[in-house]
Amino acid sequence: MAATSPRAAAAPRLAAFDGERWLRRALILLVSFWLVCVVVLPLAQLLSKSLLNNAGQYVGLANYVEYFTTPSLRNSIGNSLFVSVVTTLITVTLGFTFAYALTRTCIPLKGVFRGVAMMPLFAPTLLNGIALIYLFGRKGLITRGFFGAIPGIDIGLYGPVGIIISEVIFTFPQAMLILSVALRMTDARLYEASDSMGAPGWRTFSTVTIPGVKYGLVSATFVSFILAFTDFGAPKVVGGQFGILATDIYKQVIGQQNFSMGAVVSVALLAPAILAFIVDRIVQRKQVSLIQAKSTPLVPRPRKWRDAPFLAFCLVIALLILGFFGVAAYASLVKVWPYELELGLWHYDFTGTGGGGYAAFWNSIRMSFYSAVIGTAVTFVSAYLVEKTNGMRALRQVSYFLSIIPLALPGLVIGLAYIFFFNARGWNILGVFTPNPFGWLYGGMGILVLSNVVHFYSVSFLTGATALKQLDKEFEMVSESLGVPFYVTFFRVTVPVCLPAILEVAMYFFVNSMATVSAVIFLYSADIPLASVAIANMDDAGDVAPACAMGVLVILTNILVRILYGALTGKLRKKTQAWTTR
Amino acid sequence: MKRLSLIVAAFVAALTLLTSSLALAGEILVYTALEDDEIPIYLELFKKTHPEIDVKIVRDSTGIVTAKLLAEKDNPQADVIWGTAATSLMLCDQAGMIEPYAPKYLDKVAPAMRDPADPPHWVGIKAWMTGFVTNTKEAEALKLPIPESYADLVKPVYKDQLVMPNPASSGTGFLTISAILQLMGEEKGWEYLDKLHQNIARYTHSGSKPAKLAGSGEIPVGISFAYRGFMQKAKGEPVVTTFPKEGSGWDVEANALIKKDAVKPEAKIFLDWAISPEAMHAYGKVYPVTAYPSGNPVPEGYPKDPAAQMIKNDFNWAAANRDRILKEWSARYDGKSEPK
Repeated sequence: MAATSPRAAAAPRLAAFDGERWLRRALILLVSFWLVCVVVLPLAQLLSKSLLNNAGQYVGLANYVEYFTTPSLRNSIGNSLFVSVVTTLITVTLGFTFAYALTRTCIPLKGVFRGVAMMPLFAPTLLNGIALIYLFGRKGLITRGFFGAIPGIDIGLYGPVGIIISEVIFTFPQAMLILSVALRMTDARLYEASDSMGAPGWRTFSTVTIPGVKYGLVSATFVSFILAFTDFGAPKVVGGQFGILATDIYKQVIGQQNFSMGAVVSVALLAPAILAFIVDRIVQRKQVSLIQAKSTPLVPRPRKWRDAPFLAFCLVIALLILGFFGVAAYASLVKVWPYELELGLWHYDFTGTGGGGYAAFWNSIRMSFYSAVIGTAVTFVSAYLVEKTNGMRALRQVSYFLSIIPLALPGLVIGLAYIFFFNARGWNILGVFTPNPFGWLYGGMGILVLSNVVHFYSVSFLTGATALKQLDKEFEMVSESLGVPFYVTFFRVTVPVCLPAILEVAMYFFVNSMATVSAVIFLYSADIPLASVAIANMDDAGDVAPACAMGVLVILTNILVRILYGALTGKLRKKTQAWTTR
Repeated sequence: MKRLSLIVAAFVAALTLLTSSLALAGEILVYTALEDDEIPIYLELFKKTHPEIDVKIVRDSTGIVTAKLLAEKDNPQADVIWGTAATSLMLCDQAGMIEPYAPKYLDKVAPAMRDPADPPHWVGIKAWMTGFVTNTKEAEALKLPIPESYADLVKPVYKDQLVMPNPASSGTGFLTISAILQLMGEEKGWEYLDKLHQNIARYTHSGSKPAKLAGSGEIPVGISFAYRGFMQKAKGEPVVTTFPKEGSGWDVEANALIKKDAVKPEAKIFLDWAISPEAMHAYGKVYPVTAYPSGNPVPEGYPKDPAAQMIKNDFNWAAANRDRILKEWSARYDGKSEPK
């Protein structure tokens, strides 16, 4: 095992140990400080508006009273809960089955399946909306039975059905990601023991597999729930008159410029995140790490009766996803949908349309690259410090909680909160005017990258934490007793062992930053047009096909990056993951 | 340790790369809600007369531009707002963000197209109005007549065949509702909207979406802004745009100067140009009603006298009653769990 690394700092053990402890504490403080600056303060500035009227005067809870006495607003809470619960049930079931197939069976084409399952993350949500309409709308391919070839079915897209379909598509990859990390990290000895005791398969499943991934399961459930609860991209297009909280914010802020009521709805959106945190803590208290220093990896053996149905399942899901985005690709090639179905590349020449064309596309790539590098470093180091250090328990708990909060923030809320906070000239603190120390970030690439890092913080943090939690603390204890500084253990043991999770996180940041629009649309500057904003603007100007074309370019880039990354890191993975094979 | 220091170095390098560039002299930042495909045409003209001024454009839909402007209130970034709904500019004005300015050529501008104050807080460039965008192919297939009036829209034949913007989300939606209430009076107006609601397949969050849905045949008739319908026709979609006989709701797209510690002279030059005869001529090629006659013939498809098509819109009444109207509208038609 790599943990028995050279005893680098063995001689001046005590002094080094003390210095190290201080370093660790300083780092935890830094993590908390960072979270306060990028989450708490901007959010506080926005949410404080829920206590003000639109002229900026303090009105106490009047906005909340108004909110709860307006039926069209109040009803949205129940509607939001309903679609999120249904979405979560479907997503977690599908995600678990899929992740299980990828990690615990011997089906072929695992890499392809994993890539395809991630595709919904690769696409701007607007594209999802367009594809849904082209499939299930009144003129949709399925509704009309592929131009009358087969009997059509009208599923009644607009309303809860449409929202649930699009949210399942949107949350599936994220749940799958967390669950496959959880399922991959396991100890084969438990299964051997179960086997040798003659336990039947279902028994092993319920007493070894499920408890082993309990933490991942809980995380996946809450991630799906909260994402479905707060997303507004798809509901805006297919929600019809079915009011939910996320579209209410849009109506209040964008439709009516009513920031006060928008802030009240934001508070309502935050409630489930707080609930999630409490439940998460309760479950986590009981979590025992599965990977111990003595762990041996589980290598699934082929079993036809098991592998065949899993293969069938993965094929169906993969084909559904491919078909879905195939429709978007088709829409980008058709001359005038649905009347002139001639195919060609007209819409990929963005000179006649606004939005910035290919310049915007390259900017998005640059931004996503920075977001991936910085985001991965920050989230993984934070997750490590929160999970793997002793002492300063309260501070670590607070950091953990703050890391979950961004999950519950729709991009729109992050975007506006960042304008309010990072564009402020300064604040009157106890009567003294303090200039804003972060003002320089506003209006450039910095604020875009920062908003992406924070927007996609929680899932990345949870993925990192899930991987880390399953690593035995023994590694740290051994290093500590050997006098190896924690950062040496971190780079020599923790990072290599968690490399699959780290690389997943980097990909997650990249693809999401390419596709996202809701936060950056408020923050991009004139010099840095972005592909996703261009998509929104082209769609707005009625250029739906070019919007689809740009969306397809974004998807293709994400697929290409994913393939390149797979090829480049294949070797690295083999080297650092040698411990997972016997 | 080498690896750690390398990582730290890379991190610092990445951060320094990200620091924003500062605005230079001779450069102005313009926020606009003009259509994305029009902007380059106008900017080309500006560049010809003022090559020394670098114009940076941030373009978004009206709602987003307005929310962004209001959120930046305490430290405004934009120098100029160009071609954005006058009702939005009034909100910015209420927030104290606007510096009154009387641009050159102001005396030519029609009284209805500018803020009556002197110097004005905003000056219009053109008006846009609501129209009905009908998909001719679908209308034929469904045997729908092309609607010519508000009265037509409530006929049973259009049941579930209409789409319009939700006034709580879209400025176009609001001005359509406000026009109906002003034309019919409030009591009759709400009665009419109750009937209209029976025929609406759904409400959208964007003002241009109904035209697009009509163009793609999704829902045959869209109540939207007329310009969209004409543009879509030019792009090859089978649509025809008609105007309600009773009169259309409308709004002015206007310019304003942002109040800043140091207002740039270039900003004023831009505002002067933005209502110059040259610019007006360019706007007039696609828009029938400009701040003053543009010298263009009325674009094809519009009524002969487009100004007469527009109702006598009381903007002050609309602004003062907006909250009340939206609340009433939402209580009646919004938040129903089943789309009609």
